[in-house]
Amino acid sequence: MSGTGSWALIEAAAGSLIAHADELTELDRPIGDGDHGINMKRGAEAVLAKADSLAALPLAELLHQSGMTLVMTVGGASGPLYGTLLLELGKALQGQADPPDRATLAAAFGQAVAAVKARGRSDIGQKTLLDVLVPLHQALAGHQPLATLGPLVLAAAEATTPMLATRGRASFLGERSIGHLDPGARSSALMVVTLLEALHQGPATVTP
Amino acid sequence: MKKLINGPDAFLRDGLDGMALAHADLLVLDEQRRFLRRRQPTPGKVALISGGGTGHEPLHGGFVGYGMLDAACPGQVFTSPTPDQMLAAAEAVDGGAGVLYIVKNYSGDVMNFAMAAELATGPVASVITNDDVAVEDSTWTQGRRGVAGTLVVEKMVGAAAEQGSDLDSLRRLGERVNGCTRTMGVALSSCTVPAIGSPTFALADDEIEMGVGIHGEPGRRRQAMAAADSLAAELLGHVLEDLKPQRGSEVLLLVNGFGGTPLLELYGMVSAAHRVLDAAGLRVVRHLTGSYVTSLEMAGCSLSLTRLDAMITPLWDAPVQTAALRWGR
Repeated sequence: MSGTGSWALIEAAAGSLIAHADELTELDRPIGDGDHGINMKRGAEAVLAKADSLAALPLAELLHQSGMTLVMTVGGASGPLYGTLLLELGKALQGQADPPDRATLAAAFGQAVAAVKARGRSDIGQKTLLDVLVPLHQALAGHQPLATLGPLVLAAAEATTPMLATRGRASFLGERSIGHLDPGARSSALMVVTLLEALHQGPATVTP
Repeated sequence: MKKLINGPDAFLRDGLDGMALAHADLLVLDEQRRFLRRRQPTPGKVALISGGGTGHEPLHGGFVGYGMLDAACPGQVFTSPTPDQMLAAAEAVDGGAGVLYIVKNYSGDVMNFAMAAELATGPVASVITNDDVAVEDSTWTQGRRGVAGTLVVEKMVGAAAEQGSDLDSLRRLGERVNGCTRTMGVALSSCTVPAIGSPTFALADDEIEMGVGIHGEPGRRRQAMAAADSLAAELLGHVLEDLKPQRGSEVLLLVNGFGGTPLLELYGMVSAAHRVLDAAGLRVVRHLTGSYVTSLEMAGCSLSLTRLDAMITPLWDAPVQTAALRWGR
């Protein structure tokens, strides 16, 4: 499903960020600086504004262009982190079948998550988006049924609530970061859930 | 929210345009508002570029000019600028001797400047400032924040760049100045980001946030309001414990307002700081007092000390001509 099919997924993910902007901002306020939703919405709108030039691109190129747009519009920590995720995913899928099979997608996603870890000098357990992305990668690589991934990522995001933040602005709170859901983990989970719903409604891009 | 703005979206645009209008003799604002640069570049020198979220004015745009920065990249309020801004600024001000980024240690700023450095075509080096002793430094955390001491780094490195130092020397100088500068701040009230419209955090009338950052993010703890002498003793106590200056050392004292504190109160903190530093046997030989690294309308201040020596004191005294700092020319 190249071309407009892939674009529909990007559109869905962007739409979910815009729809949940206020919620993400509220989550960011007690443990960040209260702008996660605003910044992600700005990036999502910038990607949607490029519909004319992006919609017909093959998946790998679409991911690359979308990632670069996020890097150049979101700012903060989210811009480089989500931008790196999409840039690396695009790079890893370059020259692969479009749509990719599940094993290819899992390998490419693993490469992209590794790049996000390197960019943020971070890993799981630090109350960041990696607490959603890493288990998602493990589930993809472990051939878990697609239907289980939505609940999995939502639970993974919720599991950041009792964590002590040791990266990003929430880390300045120390013990006071405990008891708050990480906004980056939540935005990751929301996008994944939206993508899964879009996949369920449209033709399958990955072989379950 | 009561602010002198035409709505949250117009806030940044009007602010940046106005800064360029008010200081048209010194500053040029890029047409797409990606950076502010010097109107009159010094040919052949290393270009110094800083930047960060807005809301800290005059940092960084107010420090663009002779003897300090060549360009500053303004992000959204309290949000790091994006790499395209640093790349465009570098293209505009790089005179061929390379570019030095001066970056405050916040994860967003560090990552965006790192991406800009990776995408750059010419030689780039970076200095990361992390003068805030309120945050425990550890390899398991983001580490200390870059706060008011960033001004001291920009001033001294800017002076050396003006005198013709090369890129690597400037990077090492920046690390050295950062290494002998420490800061800690206290907030008496919160601040309101226009796009959000309500205060970033809530403080009761008799509460203060000890060790606050420059985005209203928390520090060591919340406590009851106290007298100026007691606040100065606590802030400088942490600074001195970490800086460990020898008795008799000469220091620069920067009393920095966060935006909502009157100058007379800041001068009161200078008096309070002197009492603490006299008792510690330190000699305050240079001062800077005012609201230079702010957090919108937050009330409170930070106290910074830089341990001076024969190499860096002349760099502080060297001529500077920017919107916010000007002496010697």
